[in-house]
Amino acid sequence: MKKYVLDLTVRSVERLHERYVLIRLTHREPLPAMLPGQFVEVRVDGSPSTFLRRPISINFVDKEQNELWLLVATVGDGTRWMASLKAGDTLNCMLPLGNGWTLSRPMEGSSTPLPHREGQGESLLIGGGVGVAPLLYLGKQLKESGAEPTFLLGARTKNDLLMLGEFEKYGRVFVTTEDGSEGERGFVTNHSVLQQERFGLIQCCGPTPMMKAVARYAREKGICCEVSLENLMACGLGACLCCVEKVKGLPLTPSKERGDLDVSLESNELVNVCVCKEGPVFNVNRLLW
Amino acid sequence: MAKLEVNIGALKLKNPVMTASGTFGYGLEFQDLVPLEEIGGIIVKGTTLKPREGNDYPRMAETAMGMLNCVGLQNKGVDYFCEHIYPQIKDIDTNMIVNVSGSSPDDYAECAARVDALDGIPAIELNISCPNVKDGGMAFGVTCAGAESVVKAVRERYHKTLIVKLSPNVTNIAEIARAVEAAGADSVSLINTLMGMAIDIEKRRKKLSIGTGGLSGPCVKPVAVRMVYQVAKAVKIPVVGLGGIMTAEDAIEFMMAGATAIEIGTANFIDPTVTIKVRDGINEWLDRHGCQSVKDIIGVIE
Repeated sequence: MKKYVLDLTVRSVERLHERYVLIRLTHREPLPAMLPGQFVEVRVDGSPSTFLRRPISINFVDKEQNELWLLVATVGDGTRWMASLKAGDTLNCMLPLGNGWTLSRPMEGSSTPLPHREGQGESLLIGGGVGVAPLLYLGKQLKESGAEPTFLLGARTKNDLLMLGEFEKYGRVFVTTEDGSEGERGFVTNHSVLQQERFGLIQCCGPTPMMKAVARYAREKGICCEVSLENLMACGLGACLCCVEKVKGLPLTPSKERGDLDVSLESNELVNVCVCKEGPVFNVNRLLW
Repeated sequence: MAKLEVNIGALKLKNPVMTASGTFGYGLEFQDLVPLEEIGGIIVKGTTLKPREGNDYPRMAETAMGMLNCVGLQNKGVDYFCEHIYPQIKDIDTNMIVNVSGSSPDDYAECAARVDALDGIPAIELNISCPNVKDGGMAFGVTCAGAESVVKAVRERYHKTLIVKLSPNVTNIAEIARAVEAAGADSVSLINTLMGMAIDIEKRRKKLSIGTGGLSGPCVKPVAVRMVYQVAKAVKIPVVGLGGIMTAEDAIEFMMAGATAIEIGTANFIDPTVTIKVRDGINEWLDRHGCQSVKDIIGVIE
């Protein structure tokens, strides 16, 4: 997909909770095509302690409003600067980057889709903390293609649960919190819905320990599972080779890459691939988890 | 509109702005964002005789006005380059230059010889200064004898423009530059990254997988300008300057210090179109100061 560097205009910055903001961006021209699971490299201006762009996943694309949403946890100087933006400010973004989630039906710009997995159950979208961000646009896309996604969202406390109302527009939402302040108490992998229903595909984004636990669960149950990695990154374009993940198998050809789920590994050789280019979404079968 | 053409030995550049190895992939990664043919030269990722997987993750740590990396020359080897990548880049209308690395003089020479056979590659940049690999790289670049041995071996098998990239991790860089010149190099480029380290104080752990890495970005620029100045005074061959260039003003500073051309590295990560902006900025500066050619400013600092 063609990449762009654009000066986007901030339409609003909404503080969801103490540590999270939702930034709505727009552009004078129609925004380029973007796929769920892809990300944006945001330039941070005027901070003495940050230098590189910040990779932020695409939370949502509202075509009618010509808006791109970024859900940001304020964890350092770069993200705090982003949270301090005001309506009308400019945010320089490079986009869209990376591969995106596997979709059962293709969107404009996405290559070979998966064959629709009839009768194997619907998609379960599992998110943890701010890792729920890339699941909203995915959920919308799934719903529009006729699927019925289920969301399972986990957080430390109810204050860390983000955008529940938005998720409810596109599917059923189940919740866990570690302190039991909302939904079931515990981790996402303990939620009762996993015992009660069979899912055909799990797509997961959150803290690495959570994604590893979900990957383990999926493997035990024989369910296809994709996760979105967030390795430390510089260029975002596959040039600097900093964000690598060691994966199994030969690098997949682009057409096979979109059909990731059904690719039998061609080799057990381990190779370093760029998360920014071959990812951020990976089938867990390729990972050494 | 001032003239921007410069020559590095037999290599003709339409403008003095090139991209530094390891920061611009094979150019293709940036083709949506930058008109590649408008760049003076593209120096592609470090290439070795045999494939290399590079170092383990994490390979990068951000620092104040810069970054550390310890990628460790990950590449698929020169044969893969010749077979799969060269066909995709040979028709890009700029100088496509291959950065060559190795672990012995014979390795370097064999790799260079295979690139010599490619019509569309008019020059190589010999990397005797990678701080992130144990076997070779910087080991050759920190002594005159080591540098000379590699350059001599390559010179015998490589017949086009030979640029040698120098390490700043030495006591006297001018001495190394003179040894490289005597061994037959057509040009020297400097500086490669400065060896550095960063520590995560919460985890009480080194931030990079191999502990140390190469520092780049604007934080290294004054060191680089000083070294370019010293080397330009010490050798007769053209000097290519790099190290923290973010703007046209930075590039002009290097050229005044003695660089005939410049490379832009880390800045590509922040602004993928920076090369074009620097070229345009140099042109505007020259016009504003009544210079007919970019050559008017090269080495003007006494």
